[in-house]
Amino acid sequence: MILTKAQYDEIAQCLVSVPPTRQSLRKLKQRFPSQSQATLLSIFSQEYQKHIKRTHAKHHTLEAIESYYQRYLDGVANNGAAPVLLELANEVDYAPSLMARLILERFLQEHEETPPSKSVINSMLRDPSQIPDGVLANQVYQCIVNDCCYGPLVDCIKHAIGHEHEVMLRDLLLEKNLSFLDEDQLRAKGYDKTPDFILQVPVVMLCPLAVEGHIIHWIESKASFGDECSHHAYLHDQFWSYWNRFGPGLVIYWYGFIQELDCNRERGILLKACFPTDIVTLCHSIA
Amino acid sequence: LRRYKVLGSSNSDSDLFSRLAQILQNGSQKSRSTTQCKTPGSPHNPKTPPKSPGAPRRSPSASPRSSSLPRTSSSSPSRAGRPHHDQRSSSPHLGRSKSPPSHSGSSSSRRSCQQEHCKPSKNGLKGSGSLHHHSASTKNPPGKKPQSPQSCIRPAAARAQFESRQVSVAAVVRWIERSTQSLEGNPGEAAVLSALQPLRKEFVPFLLNFLREQSSRILPQGPPTPAKAPGASAALPGRPGGPPRGSRGARSQLFPPTEPQGAAAAEAPLARPVATLSRTKPSRRINPTPVSEERSLSKPKTCFTSPPISCVPSSQPSALDTSPWGLGLSPGCRSLQEEREMLRKERSKQPQQSPNPTCPTPELGSSLPSRAGSLPDEPADPARVSSRPRLELVALVYSSCIAENLVPNLFLELFFVLQLLTARRMVPTKDSDLELSLGGVDSLESPLFQSIHDCVFFAVQVLEHQFQVLSYLDKGTLKLLAENERLLCFSPALQGRLRAAYEGSVAKVSLVMPPSAQAVSFQPETDNRANFSSDRAFHTFKKQRDVFYEVLREWEDRHEEPGWDFEKGLGSRIRAMMGQLSTACSHGHFVRLFQKQLLQMCQSLGGAGGTVLGEAPDVLSMLGADKLGRLRRLQERLVAPQSGGGPCPPPTFPGCQGFFRDFILSASSFQFNQHLMDSLSLKIRELNGLALPQHEPSDEDGESDVDWQGERRQFAVVLLSLRLLAKFLGFVAFLPYRGPEPPPTGELQDSILALRSQVPPVLDVRTLLQQGLRAGRAVLTVPWLVEFLSFADHVAPLLDYYRSVFALLLHLHRSLVLSQDSEGEMCFMNKLLLLAVLGWLFQIPTIPEDLFFLEEGQLDAFEADTVASEHGLDSVPVVDQQLLYTCCPYIGELRKLLASWVSGSSGRSGGFVRKITPTTTTGLGAQPPQTSQGLQTQLAQAFFHNQPPSLRRTVEFVAERIGSNCVKHIKATLVADLVHKAESLLQEQLVPQGQEEGDPVQLLEILCSQLCPHGTQALTQGREFCQRKSPGAVRALLPEETPAAVLSSAENIAVGLATEKACAWLSANITALIRREVKAAVSRTLRAQGPEPAARGERRGCSRACEHHAPLPSHLISEIKDVLSLAAGPRDPDEGVSPEHLEHLLGQLGQTLQCRQFLCPPAEQHLAKCSVELASLLVADQIPILGPPAQHRLERGQARRLLHMLLSLWKDAFQGPVPLQLLLSPRNVGLLADTRPREWDLLLFLLRELVEKGLMGRMEIETCLGSLHEAQWPGDFSEELTTLFNLFLAEPHLPEPQLRACELVQPNRGTLLAQS
Repeated sequence: MILTKAQYDEIAQCLVSVPPTRQSLRKLKQRFPSQSQATLLSIFSQEYQKHIKRTHAKHHTLEAIESYYQRYLDGVANNGAAPVLLELANEVDYAPSLMARLILERFLQEHEETPPSKSVINSMLRDPSQIPDGVLANQVYQCIVNDCCYGPLVDCIKHAIGHEHEVMLRDLLLEKNLSFLDEDQLRAKGYDKTPDFILQVPVVMLCPLAVEGHIIHWIESKASFGDECSHHAYLHDQFWSYWNRFGPGLVIYWYGFIQELDCNRERGILLKACFPTDIVTLCHSIA
Repeated sequence: LRRYKVLGSSNSDSDLFSRLAQILQNGSQKSRSTTQCKTPGSPHNPKTPPKSPGAPRRSPSASPRSSSLPRTSSSSPSRAGRPHHDQRSSSPHLGRSKSPPSHSGSSSSRRSCQQEHCKPSKNGLKGSGSLHHHSASTKNPPGKKPQSPQSCIRPAAARAQFESRQVSVAAVVRWIERSTQSLEGNPGEAAVLSALQPLRKEFVPFLLNFLREQSSRILPQGPPTPAKAPGASAALPGRPGGPPRGSRGARSQLFPPTEPQGAAAAEAPLARPVATLSRTKPSRRINPTPVSEERSLSKPKTCFTSPPISCVPSSQPSALDTSPWGLGLSPGCRSLQEEREMLRKERSKQPQQSPNPTCPTPELGSSLPSRAGSLPDEPADPARVSSRPRLELVALVYSSCIAENLVPNLFLELFFVLQLLTARRMVPTKDSDLELSLGGVDSLESPLFQSIHDCVFFAVQVLEHQFQVLSYLDKGTLKLLAENERLLCFSPALQGRLRAAYEGSVAKVSLVMPPSAQAVSFQPETDNRANFSSDRAFHTFKKQRDVFYEVLREWEDRHEEPGWDFEKGLGSRIRAMMGQLSTACSHGHFVRLFQKQLLQMCQSLGGAGGTVLGEAPDVLSMLGADKLGRLRRLQERLVAPQSGGGPCPPPTFPGCQGFFRDFILSASSFQFNQHLMDSLSLKIRELNGLALPQHEPSDEDGESDVDWQGERRQFAVVLLSLRLLAKFLGFVAFLPYRGPEPPPTGELQDSILALRSQVPPVLDVRTLLQQGLRAGRAVLTVPWLVEFLSFADHVAPLLDYYRSVFALLLHLHRSLVLSQDSEGEMCFMNKLLLLAVLGWLFQIPTIPEDLFFLEEGQLDAFEADTVASEHGLDSVPVVDQQLLYTCCPYIGELRKLLASWVSGSSGRSGGFVRKITPTTTTGLGAQPPQTSQGLQTQLAQAFFHNQPPSLRRTVEFVAERIGSNCVKHIKATLVADLVHKAESLLQEQLVPQGQEEGDPVQLLEILCSQLCPHGTQALTQGREFCQRKSPGAVRALLPEETPAAVLSSAENIAVGLATEKACAWLSANITALIRREVKAAVSRTLRAQGPEPAARGERRGCSRACEHHAPLPSHLISEIKDVLSLAAGPRDPDEGVSPEHLEHLLGQLGQTLQCRQFLCPPAEQHLAKCSVELASLLVADQIPILGPPAQHRLERGQARRLLHMLLSLWKDAFQGPVPLQLLLSPRNVGLLADTRPREWDLLLFLLRELVEKGLMGRMEIETCLGSLHEAQWPGDFSEELTTLFNLFLAEPHLPEPQLRACELVQPNRGTLLAQS
């Protein structure tokens, strides 16, 4: 699952302007049968998010919102059962969940005295049955369950995946008899930056072709694919900060990463796509 | 080489000088009447070898005494013996300073003597001039050429006097050292010398300048070592042996700043800029005090100065300009012109005056074509030395001055001498020069070195005297010296001693610490929120820490890129960051981080600071090292700059230190600087006051060695840290006062002094120094103090406060006579370190050049302070060779110089060129043992990184003590047992041997041969001991709350370290120990103690048997989401799910909810919600089922089964709330509206089951149903809904208690759901 930059680019190339739907994913899997689905999904999701970040602004102009809203109204007026909102989102190349939010906000502005708060909107997105308009509720629901990159369900899945991998990692650590402090313990102690795990006793990870190993003080689990963009953000916000406080450490990108990004080994940030197998611990009898 | 200013005495002295000169001349055997007036004649040496045609150049008459002395006796003491003392004491002339002053001096002179009397004599630290018996007549270095006649008269007179044999060399040196008081033994000498009293102070600078000057023709082709050259000739423009032109080019390379010669300049307008610069640098120059009008002419000449600037020899002279130390280079054009004029005049005179060439020019001239560069080295031949006695004499005086620390920088002189030794060839003297030397000048003016032979002879002479110091140099230098064919040729004896020293020199094991993780670790005790005044400050600092390291990383990556500029690249980011440090408390935090990082990166023995300036490792000595280490060092060597900047480089910030310096400069924050100074000062005080464990001298046992190594190492770490901190403190403290402009003079200086003198020093270094001296801790205090002072601005040394500091240091410097090694005195290497750092300090450009010779008079004031305490650190051998070279990398210049000679003459000594044989990479993989060993060390280092520092201290302490105890324990058990055995064996041996009275030695041998093999058990037992003892000690000393894993690792490291320490000692010494004990057992009985029982360490293990094979929650959510999205559409016609899949899905959901290993609350929440939606879809039959197109619907029975599964999951599996009321939300119920025909029975079934299972209360359902009516429905749907409602209401109520019970169990489920 460790891809070269070239391999990654090839995949990313196929993802341009693909809507984040079930069907797209299915096609993608067919296109790259050798890649793991999770990796593909992760890459797709990240690529799509990058795309949305780039184009986000143009969907939020007043004109755009008005135009979308009008098209929505026209659509449902024509046929309330049709997937109006979802099709609109796909047509204008915007994430269905985000389109749903946009229209919902616009709708609430029109129907409520006070502009809706974020939490109200979030709550309605989580549970569309709270939406006062039945048709809109259905439309929103449809957008959310069909969106595989955004939305409360997707967020929950991502969160769950992250959590599960942390648990897996914790189990592995326990299994290897490596004692550690986890994030919560660290926070309780007042650490200002908290990796997933700090090893109370560091280990050395040996690398296949190198003679020297790498010291590992901390391990961060990332249940995603490590692409350039996210890795750089992580480096800046997390990994270097960990290094600054705890020394060298290990990042596990469970869904793989771009090989070329693993260039800070000497500096003390090591990338792996799985839990390292070749670990040397402090011997219990040195001499 | 720095040229020294001849201290001025008043004009009236000149009378005295001429008078003396006359006296001396009368005493001399030959005098030249013509020159008498100018240069008080020096006696000619009658014995001048015929070889040197220059009859006039007198070598001092070789006195019978001196010539009769065997060289060996004059050479300096071997390490063990102290010939100096012996000789000294044997010399009748040498009175100890303790002895009463002689009466011989005139009262006036005595008075002056007393004033100048320097403290060493009172302390009795140095013996009187330690001139060996050579004390024979001394003559003084002959050929000084007066620059302006008078300028050289005085010193010349003194020298002449020595040459005249009226005074012994020893007397002279004593006199120089502390005036005539010490000469009471010889009233005659005292009388003579006391008359010369006013000249006393000037003698040493004069001598040094003289030698530099004399060598100017000889060192033209030296290695491109940035030596400070002897530019003495500057003071003597008209000197006979004027700088040969050939010398110019090469010489300017050799002695960049010095090339003082007006002659050179005149002859070669193209003279190197360096030379010009140097001459224009009045401050560095030795300005003979103008005594007369003529003299003033010569004033501008430069003295040899330290190349403060790291003058890369042949490189850009522009480097000089950029020196940050404010060596203002005032143009000396005027004086230059004057000198040129003078020179021309002299030149024009010379041809007529001197017919015969003095020096062995023939060979030189004939064999040497014009271009010196391409010529082979001139061979040196002992047989062709021109004037041995004279050279011997000068060498003796010179060596004595060195031995008594009368010269500012020991190593600089050694460097100079080695330059002489390795001089390639002598520049041929021009005819004119030769003639000059003959005419118009008296013999004193004839060159001291007339040929390479002279030069090498002189150098070897001096080296013989300095053997003791040489023997302490590193192996590489010793090897090069011992292999030097010239040295061998001139003094086989010295060569033999050097070789012996080389072979005996113990290769120091490198103490290189593996580089620790580079960042300062976060310690909750000092770094968490509680240590900050506000959340904001806390978070700001959090960001700053990251910015700081970001900047550091960028610097690491880029600072070596050409064109990269610190300020441009990082300046604004640094300032922005500093700007955010609003509160004082934050500044404190940041400074702490900064300082710790500084120490961490720069202080380690093998750290960047050391390597960059440090000696390139000796590749040959690496042969034994593992290949990895070798490769690494090879890399370092290739990367390290070739030259360290000469024997006296200016203070620099090598390696990582540069980052910190630039950071301070770029930050330009006064708050930061102030906090930094506070923090540095505090840390310095703390470390300086650290109670370093002292070696117990009473411990007669060898095992104290074990402790020593740790002690040395600790000392080294503390010392290096202190030096680093002090350097930065000095840098920051004097930063505001330093600038590129030349030092102020006159009134301006006075006003600045007045202003500055009222500012308290940033750190009271004077008190610390005084305390250090008093406590016998100079070896710790002085090195860092020197670092601090090396950054002083031009004015600081003039302030009373710092003057007194310097006075103390000067006093100390004098007292560090290496040849003295008495009880309670400072150890040799300690002294050597202090001499090296002090010598270096005295050469720093901002330190006034005359300070060294000036301050003498003030010493008395501080005399009381130097009563060293008996058992201070100074008397403990804490300094080893590695530390010396780490602190003073410039000592390595000696080796470079010698090595460059070798490489230059490789034809003859081909074997000497070092070759680096790159290690092939093939074998690299095949070293698992070493690798894993290295990894373990690395891991142990890393382990401590994130632990509180106290943990490391504890472990190290325990290891150190247990290791030491282990040795004692072995001695008490194993060795004692062996001794018992020995005793019984002894009995057995004695009985049969009976009266034979076997030879005890033989007996011992027999016993030892039987017993020593048992020594191998020591290692096993030692291991056991450490294994047994360490854990308990660690545990007892660490907090009880220490996590188990940390504790056990700490224990294990302690065990490992202790074992390593004990075993290293045991394996090296156990045999000797057994021998010794057995030997002792022959005559006495020993007792043994029983072994001590010890607690056994316990092991911890953890096993957690749990197989979490349930599907992951994320996977389930995702799957259910897919079903939901299929149901919600849009979908392709062929999309759908099979009933089996649905069933499987629910089964998985059940497993997941049971396992819970990976389940987090949000996931469970979503699963619950999804399951409810799934139920609604089932009820409404909205799930597209795969199968024949006809029936895309679930069979009723399947639907019920699935609903049942859901119901039981809701009831039993979910632990969190399930939003069941969503089943009756208008949206979900509305799903039914779309189905045709509508089927209500599933809904009714579900509602009943909900009630039955107690999942929902009847009332709750009724409320929900009731509220459904509020929604707008199609008419028929409303009707059916009402029917359903009625149907449900018509159901028989469950027994109240049961319902109640359910509601009680989960009373507010509905409420919770509503909130979720």
